[in-house]
Amino acid sequence: MEAFTRLDARAVPLNLANIDTDQIIPKQFLKQVDREGLARGLFYDLRFDEAGKEKPDFVMNRPEYKGAGVMIAGDNFGCGSSREHAPWALMDWGIRAIIAPSFADIFNGNSLNNGLLPVVLPPEQVAELMDEAKGGNHLFTVDLESQTVVSPSGKVFHFDIDPQRKDKLIKGLDAIGETLQHSPEIDVFEMKAALSRPWLEG
Amino acid sequence: MSGKTLYDKIWDAHVAAEDNGDTILYIDLHLIHEVTTPQAFAGLRAAGRPVRRPDRTLAVADHNIPTEGQAKGVGAVADEEARLQLQTLARNVKDAGIEFFPMGDIRNGIVHVVGPEQGRTQPGMTIVCGDSHTSTHGAFGALAHGIGTSEVEHVLATQTLRQRKSKNMRVTFHGRPGLDVGAKDYALALIGLIGTAGGTGYVIEYAGEAIEALSIEERMTLCNLTIEGGARAGLVAPDEKTYAYLMGRPASPKALAWEMALAYWKGFYSDPDAKFDRELSIDVAALAPMVTWGTSPEDVVPVTGRAPDPADYDAPDKRAAVERALAYMGLNPGQPIAEARIDRVFIGSCTNSRIEDLRAAAAVAKGRKVASTVKAMVVPGSGLVKEQAEAEGLDVIFREAGFDWREPGCSMCLAMNPDRLEPGERCASTSNRNFEGRQGRGGRTHLMSPAMAVAAAVMGRIADVRELT
Ligand code: SF4
Repeated sequence: MEAFTRLDARAVPLNLANIDTDQIIPKQFLKQVDREGLARGLFYDLRFDEAGKEKPDFVMNRPEYKGAGVMIAGDNFGCGSSREHAPWALMDWGIRAIIAPSFADIFNGNSLNNGLLPVVLPPEQVAELMDEAKGGNHLFTVDLESQTVVSPSGKVFHFDIDPQRKDKLIKGLDAIGETLQHSPEIDVFEMKAALSRPWLEG
Repeated sequence: MSGKTLYDKIWDAHVAAEDNGDTILYIDLHLIHEVTTPQAFAGLRAAGRPVRRPDRTLAVADHNIPTEGQAKGVGAVADEEARLQLQTLARNVKDAGIEFFPMGDIRNGIVHVVGPEQGRTQPGMTIVCGDSHTSTHGAFGALAHGIGTSEVEHVLATQTLRQRKSKNMRVTFHGRPGLDVGAKDYALALIGLIGTAGGTGYVIEYAGEAIEALSIEERMTLCNLTIEGGARAGLVAPDEKTYAYLMGRPASPKALAWEMALAYWKGFYSDPDAKFDRELSIDVAALAPMVTWGTSPEDVVPVTGRAPDPADYDAPDKRAAVERALAYMGLNPGQPIAEARIDRVFIGSCTNSRIEDLRAAAAVAKGRKVASTVKAMVVPGSGLVKEQAEAEGLDVIFREAGFDWREPGCSMCLAMNPDRLEPGERCASTSNRNFEGRQGRGGRTHLMSPAMAVAAAVMGRIADVRELT
């Protein structure tokens, strides 16, 4: 996983609630066997018209938001399908932090597993940040160490994050490697389970 | 100390270790398919890590397989990327020694139909799959939920998942449903009530006399849709129906082992004094058959109802969202939902493609004709469902009515294969998601039960199945 410490970047405001992972990355982009290059499919139906041409009025296509590293969005971001292609595509496009009033459960976990930071703030604060993002060309700072978002006008917003999650993100820890250190305990669990539920042991 | 919920009990029985705030939860069964696993296997290879328990893993090919010509084999799949993904899965499972039902195998089908059908899904288990509708398996009193690809890799390598415990919610369905009201309607009504984020942070247990009265297949429909309400998982405590369903399935325990398993399974229920963080209650007698009008599963109305009018909403965000959904769906504010003309009908998906679903659909289709303006298809959930339906003559009923009878797979539920809507087409669908573009770019999806979908096919519009003469 990529470590996340601090990000200074433009923010792209996407003022929609319930953005589902089908919209973030439509199914035709799920057919590859690697995780690279998914930015081409990110928000495909919103970004491109039927002929595959960029829709100039869609916020992510506007020049002032090109190269944004933060996305600001509405409630329940990332609902729907469990596809991890959603955080992969967002990151491939350049997004490293998403600020929203709430995130769907599976998307939240998938993001954390890839070093994409979901920042939860109250709806009023998200609306304020959304306003400040309008017009682009401003710098937002997302600092995980101090758990703050600093808006272009200098306003500081504090966010909560579970301390262990934070630690893992900052260090960019490999979850599998961490869990494998618990192999002896998993071995013991398996031995006990084999005794209490022998019918599951083929 | 208060008692334990069903969820607490399954959780407690699977804690392998604790690590710095995470619980390392043991996973009894890992279901995998072609779309969400290639990057996980690649990750394992890159790190030189083996699959810990191939015997606790089962693979199917379902998401992007075509629903015709499956006997010709993977080599004949026209879509090159889909073919490569299917071949990659075949190679990965062979290398790891994982049991695999390839396309064309009669046991293959949608992953959430296959697990229960084979008896791999059992009460008290923990089950995961790289697919959000893994919640389906909760119908057996198993803790089952969807995971992302990083987690698939984690489970392959360690047979565990790092988890935080969710909160407990109980939804009690009481009363007796009216004619043609069932599990799909219960689920849609609940999502309409709590919203698509209403269950976030919870595992929901379904209880009450109306749940006890449901068949196992209907319970699967209900638990399947739990994820659309945002909850991590849905659960129904196992009972005699559960055991009867499991008896004699290929992977079900036999003889003495069956008796042992039964004794174990019977311990999985919520204690009478268990505390839930949230409780809801729904009277099913008050429900009509439900349909969705918009682009989120929470956009629900009874079939007798109307599309909303944005003018009725004060909050500007909500008003804009309703306007946007109505425009996408091509509906007028306040129009009766039953006036919406239908172009396509899809009966299938892990929500409603089991034998009971097909029986319910066939009962309505029998002796009727699909409207001349409608293209309708039935996609059974697995090869075994298809075989059973054909043994009962259901395929003949569907074909005579004008339905296309297909081979099993996810098909037009997510339209990764050639089955998809054209822009602007309106579809009555028994699947689980009506998101923009889900069934094809610009396609318009109305979710409903199999019987309601057949009524729509016959009438050429959304129709109340109770009024078919
Ligand atoms: S039928 Fe649809 S929801 Fe179910 S597993 Fe397949 S794609 Fe997912």
